Parts: sequence; structure tokens; C-alpha cells
Amino acid sequence: MILGQEPEGSASSPDKAPVSTGQVASETAATALRTPDPDEVGGPPAGNRFIAALWSANTVTVTVLSLFLAMVIGGVLICLSDPTVTAAYGYFFAAPGDAIAASWTAVSEAYANLFKGAIVDPAAVTGWLDGENTIWLALYPLSETLTYTAPLVFTGLAVALAFRGGLFNIGAQGQAIIGAAVAGLVGFGLHLPPVVHLVFTLVAGAIGGAAYGFVPGFLKARTGAHEVITTIMLNYIALYFLSWLIVQDGVQDPNRTDAISKPVDENALLPKLAGGDLRVHLGILLGVAAVVGVGWLLNRSTFGFELRAVGLNPDAARTAGMSVAATYTGTMVIAGALAGLGGTTVLLGTAGALTGSVVGNIGFDGITVALLGRGKPWGVLLAALLFGALRAGGNRMQSFSGIPVDLVDVLTALIVLFIAAPALVRSVFRLRAGRTGRLETTVAKGW
Amino acid sequence: MVANDHIDLTVEPGEIHALLGENGAGKSTLMNVLYGLLQPDEGEILINDEPHHIKGPRDAISAGIGMVHQHFMLVPVFTVAENVMLGAERARGGPLGMLDRARARRDVREVAERYGLQVNPAAIVEDLPVGVQQRVEIIKALTREVELLILDEPTAVLTPNETADLLEVMRSLKAAGKSIVFITHKLKEVKAIADRITVVRRGRTVGTATPDASEAELASLMVGRQVMLRVEKAPAQPGDVVLAVDGLAVADERGHRAVDGVDLEVRAGEVLGLAGVQGNGQTELIEALMGLRPALAGSATLKGEPLLGRRTKDVLGAGVGYIPEDRSVDGLIKEFTIAENLVLDTYDREPFGSKLALRLDRIEAAAKERVEEFDVRTPSHEANVGTLSGGNQQKVIVAREMSRPLNLLVAAQPTRGVDVGSIEFIHKRVIAARDAGAGVLVISSELDEVISLADRIAVMYRGRIIATVPATESRERIGLLMAGITETPTETEGSGQ
Repeated sequence: MILGQEPEGSASSPDKAPVSTGQVASETAATALRTPDPDEVGGPPAGNRFIAALWSANTVTVTVLSLFLAMVIGGVLICLSDPTVTAAYGYFFAAPGDAIAASWTAVSEAYANLFKGAIVDPAAVTGWLDGENTIWLALYPLSETLTYTAPLVFTGLAVALAFRGGLFNIGAQGQAIIGAAVAGLVGFGLHLPPVVHLVFTLVAGAIGGAAYGFVPGFLKARTGAHEVITTIMLNYIALYFLSWLIVQDGVQDPNRTDAISKPVDENALLPKLAGGDLRVHLGILLGVAAVVGVGWLLNRSTFGFELRAVGLNPDAARTAGMSVAATYTGTMVIAGALAGLGGTTVLLGTAGALTGSVVGNIGFDGITVALLGRGKPWGVLLAALLFGALRAGGNRMQSFSGIPVDLVDVLTALIVLFIAAPALVRSVFRLRAGRTGRLETTVAKGW
Repeated sequence: MVANDHIDLTVEPGEIHALLGENGAGKSTLMNVLYGLLQPDEGEILINDEPHHIKGPRDAISAGIGMVHQHFMLVPVFTVAENVMLGAERARGGPLGMLDRARARRDVREVAERYGLQVNPAAIVEDLPVGVQQRVEIIKALTREVELLILDEPTAVLTPNETADLLEVMRSLKAAGKSIVFITHKLKEVKAIADRITVVRRGRTVGTATPDASEAELASLMVGRQVMLRVEKAPAQPGDVVLAVDGLAVADERGHRAVDGVDLEVRAGEVLGLAGVQGNGQTELIEALMGLRPALAGSATLKGEPLLGRRTKDVLGAGVGYIPEDRSVDGLIKEFTIAENLVLDTYDREPFGSKLALRLDRIEAAAKERVEEFDVRTPSHEANVGTLSGGNQQKVIVAREMSRPLNLLVAAQPTRGVDVGSIEFIHKRVIAARDAGAGVLVISSELDEVISLADRIAVMYRGRIIATVPATESRERIGLLMAGITETPTETEGSGQ
């Protein structure tokens, strides 16, 4: 028996029985409530799900605010490390103005130098306009920023691409090292005409990185060995292999006693993009091309479709006939090639010869860049620019303000920390959680 | 979005109150409000006539409301007793003392006995079958002395036997004076157990009913229009053999022979229903056919060509459509758009793409058509599949698999967790595929579904086909066969038409 039936669109209750004791009556009208998906199960592995949630929770606003927060805390650290400022705080109650003024001076000078070193120094611009110096001096900060950016674009892409394929590529560092090493061997071992030699060397670097990326990809595909473990270990192997390689006969520079390889042939070096001894080189343009290429690969290519499918739900990808193993391997090969190119860019753009620390930290910074860039190619480019700018500015900040360049590492770490904790940033700035992007503490639905 | 729009609900003590509605009607939202997981924008909750503000599960429990979620909130590596005491741990000798596991075990045993819930308190939860895990959830609520128990789609994950057990438990809880809110969209269960039925549709209460209302009445109230509960179909016109399986044996994850010598035949233009309680080898059988799992022995041919040992991609390419059992794990990528999911197994073939690149324009155009044709309710074909209701997600899979010429359609649990309106639609499409000349293999643990779709029914039990009977066979006989009982005094085993 149907007791009551409502016409469509009516909001009143059909069943207004008198309220008796021991009953639960609920009268609710809930707007803006998200119905939990009734069959929310499966999906990507937990780690990837966390990263995906991170990206959806980090709107552009949150990212910008994270930068701001990091700068604020950085400012506090600058004050703490400056003896003049701490001295002024020693008699804070006698003359609070002194302490505040000293803090302001220290922080503003440091950040002003960061800006001048990364983007533009107004003094150099006026100097150029007045004819006191060349335009190149005015462009020097930008040149430095782009020089630091170029390799980070490649390693950032290497990590981001793997992320999208469901793999956490900690091994960009090792892949960059092997890429640089192979490129180095081709760079000083062969003597080819201009352009040809450069192309050969770049390809060699990509192949070196790709081969080194293949190893963890293949191990994962065939044996299920977790790529985080294997890539970390492979990083060490790459590092010590390079240290060994550069002191071998035929590799080590015979004119030097320290551990450095022969210099790469002039023909293999990346051409400079500007005059006046500016360091900016073709690498940055190659980086932009790589961004375009990876963008195409991810969104428009057949392989990219497989890569994303496998990254999000390997079971469904397999059921749809994709080869999960081949996709993992292919993803790591491409990621390795990109990281290898990153290492090669450093070698051919700035270093010119192999040393034990030729690639610096670009592989690990690539992880940060990929996280900040939310796994998207253009996001990676922007994040790499930011990191390049911080590096370039950090140098000037060190020499002009006496702030150790390590502060840049602290800033970087803080930015990543805030980005990893979007809820914190939201609560600091009292932002409402986004409709789609809410990183909840895994809802305590239980007891 | 307004998920609940001025809903009224009254539950009496000692009552089983069914909350009936399609997926996405707002049932779960309402219950999450009751349980304090969501806060209402308007309205109030009265318990024993007193208004309560429930800010979280802790408040709900202390107010006497317990909830068993569709997906269990248990720690798999803990024992039953440990799971039950979790969140209300008792310690011997003060707060820093030892956990009192013995007492937890005693509590579990006591509650289990009182309400007839058989479970071993020392068992590790992940070793238990789903039905027993659910019992643990119920015990967990009962040890906290709740008066109102909310069961959110409790039968969605259960086999028919486990469902029967659960209904029995619900009856004994009712006898003990507990109230139960039973959320479901299964009409049979509602009629079997509920004292009163509230039907919600699109966030509103659209009616209340007693269990003597007919299924058709309830279904149309739920969907908002007349629905066909039985599939209308012409008699099958079987053609050549499409799929022939001979002596197939397949191992499951643990290495047991889950499929142990299966022979079957599917002809073009007929539906073979594979009935059986879940876990009798059906999953392994179809996974072996689809190239997702290696076979131990036997052979299978598709139109005379060998099928086993081929890659999944090639099996699909040979004109096999596959609706996997578990859509959220195997069938769809939730973060992909509808358009992307619609080409999940054809993205590298004309017209959608080549070895190298995708043709996004064609993918999009086809998606628009499919969404229209298969009545996928969505704001846009660019929406993520995860935002759709279960029924519409399933329609996306059906649309994908039925949009190319098929020789064979393998449909596993094609309507599990799907609302009545979508079930009707999916059944129609399956019959349409049959009438277009494909052989259809339907695997379902819902006896009703098998009976209404199939032309012949093969019953699978412990890895073997123990009988093949015409679809006109009585429910009772098939039910007995599913339980492994082949001897009936009256007739011999049928074999096809």
C-alpha cells in the first residue's frame, strides 16, 4: 500500500504522524553538501592518490600564498641571523623602534637583493640608459635565472611525467648524472663538426638517462620492485660511478691534478643566446620545447593516454587491453631521457667538463619542481623559473647582504612544506575549501 | 548542490525503516547528517523528542545512533575483538595499563550471542568473508549500545546467502527493540524486511509505503515513472557457435583451481546466463577468456579461432565486448572524463587514434553521441566519470562496449549497484546486442537477472558447470543448483533448448 505520494516538486512531508516518544525525527535541508561517492573504492595506489589530492587541493591561490608565507618565515630567519638586528632586540624595551627598523632594513635589503639578482637591478638599467654600462649588465639577472632554470625544466618534467604514470621517480638525480657522463664521453671523446657534434652529444645524454631510467621501470614491470627503492639506490650507483669515471685515464684532464674530466669540445657546447659574457644558453629554449613535447605526449598521444590511464587505475587499464608493464617501462625510459637531457644541459651549457658534482642537485630539485608544478608541463616550467630565480637571486643576496645562500634552500623547503599542507595555508588565510579540491584528513568515518 | 531538500523522516522504536531511492537520490547524505558527518543547513534532529546537535560520529554514538557504512571501517590486520574495541579501548590498571583484550573478546562473544551474530572474536578481519566483516561492524555498533542502527546499502556487497543471514540478524535486533534504518535500492529486500518504507528521489521524500505495496509500485515511486521489471524479449534465434569452451581450468590468486574443467557453448543470437553464488569460479573463468589470467588447461575458441593465450587487446579487437564485474576497479578510470572512458579500449584504433596520436575531435564527437544514445545523465561529456552515479557509470561502460560490432558480449554483474531505471535500460541493450547477432554470456549472482535475461542458464558451482537448464526452469530448482544440489526427485538435468 502506498501511504502517501508527493507530486514532483513539492517540499512538504507526506507523513506528519504525531511525534511519539523514542523517535528520531530529522528535518534537514543541506546545501553545498557533497554526497560521498557510494562506490568510492579502488582507484590509484594510495601514494598517487595523495599526490593527486595534493594537486587538486593546491589551487593557484594556495600556491601563491605558500610562497608568501615562506617569505615571511624567511624574513624571521634573516632577522635572527643578523647580528645588528639581534643586538637591537637586546634593548627592545628601551627603544623598540630601533629593533623594528633594523629588522625592516635587514629583511627588505635581503629580499631586494634577491629580486635584483633574479630579475632586474634598477641601477644597471639606469646605468645602461645613461650609457655607463652595456645592456648586458642590465640583463645579467635574467640571464642567470634562465641559466639555472633550464636543467630544472628537464628534471622537473622527468619527475612530473613519471608522477602522471603512477611512478615516483626519485631517480632523476641518477639519470641526470648518467646522462651527463655519457654526454661528456661523447663531448670530449669525439671530434665532429659544429651542430652535428652538439646534436650527437645531446642525443647521447638522452640515451644515457633513458637507459638508466629503463632499469627501475623494467624492474617494476617485471618483478614489482618498487621504483622509489630502486631509484634511490641507483642514484648512489650513478654518483659513485661518476666519481670513478672522471679519474680514469683518458677521461681525466691530463693537465689537472684534481678530479675533473677533459673539457668538452667547443663544437658540442650549447651556444650562448646573448653577448657580454652572459651565461644564458640554448638549454632554456630546449627546455621550453621539451615542455611543449611532453604536453603533447601526455594529452594528445596514444602513449600518453596509456600513461595517464595506468597512472590513475592500472587495473582498469589492464582490463581495457593496455600493457601496464610496457607502459611503466616506457614511462621510465622517457623520464630518464628527460633527466639525462637535464644533466647534459648543465654540462654543455655551463660546466664544460665533468666533475663529481657536475649536475649539482638538479634531480632532487626536480622533484620539488614537479610537485610545485602540479605534474603539468607548463606548471613545471613556471616552477622551474621560480626556483631558477631563487637560485640566481640567492647568489646576489649572499654577496651583497651577507645572507647565506642556504636561505634559498630553506625558502624552497618552506614552500614545499606549505604546498604539502594546503589545509594549513587555508586556515592561516581563512580560505574556504574549494568545491572540488578538498584535501581532507582521510575522513574519520569510523568510531 | 542541494542533496537533501527538506526531508522528513520518523523512525519508531523497534522498527525497521527502509529508505528507498536510486543512487544519488540523497539517501547517504541524509544518513551522514544523522551520523554527524555532515551538518544540516536547515532543520533539526529530534531524539526522543529532544533536539540534538550532532557534530560528529562521537556525538551520534553517545546519542544512541550507530552506522554501518557500505565500505567497512575496519582495520584489516586486527582481530575482530581489537576492531570492536578500537576507539573505546579499555585498559587494565589505569590509562597506561595493558589493553584488556580478554574483556573485548568477552564483550564480542556476549553481544554475538545475544543477537545471533556468529563470529570468532580472535579471527583476523582480513581473513573473514565480507558478510562476516559486516557482522563485525554491526557488533561494533551494538557494543556501544546504540538504539538506532543505520545500515547503508548493507546488501550491495553480499551474496544471496549472506543477505539472508543479514535479514535474520536484522529481525533479531528488531525483536530486541532496536530501530534500524535500512538504506537500499533493492525492492525484494525491502518487501521482505521493512515495517515502513520512505522513498526519496532527487533529495526529497516522494512517498511512504508499507511492505505490501507491489514492487512495480515501489519502483515507479522511486524512479518517477513506470518501469519494466522484466525484460521483454522475443524468443532467441541461436545461430552458429561463437564461443566454445572445453575443459577449461584456471587458478585463482592463491593457486587453487577456481575453474576446474568447464565446458560451455554460446551461440550467436542467444544469451547464456551463468548463474552461481559469487566465488564459484565465474570471475576466474571470464578473466581467462579475456586474456587477463592464464589458463591451466583446456581450450576456448571464438568463432573457431583459439582464444586462450591471446592478449586482452587482441581479444577485445576480435569483437568481444567486456563489462567487468567491478566497474570502479576494472571498468572505469574515475579521474578520466566520460569521453576518455568511452575510448578506453579503442583509443589506439581508427577512428579514434593511431599508434601515435589521438584524434581528440573524433573522440569528443563520438562521446556526445554516446552520451545521448545511452542516456548518460551528466552535465557534460567532459565531466569526470567519478562524478556520475553508479547507474550512469555503468551506462558509460555499456556504451563503450556496445558501440562496436560484437561477436561476443561478456557481461559480468552488469547491473550490480545500479538503480532500477538504469537496470531496465542496460537489460534492453543486452537483449539488443543479442538480437543484433552477438552471442551473450551474462554472469550474475542475482538470480532474477539471470532468469530474466538468459535463454539458457548454466549453473556454476565450485569451479564446474553442474547443470545447464532452459530459462523456463523454476527458481527453486536453480536456487538449489546454485547451492550445489543437483538431485531433484522430479526431473533429469536439462541441457539447452
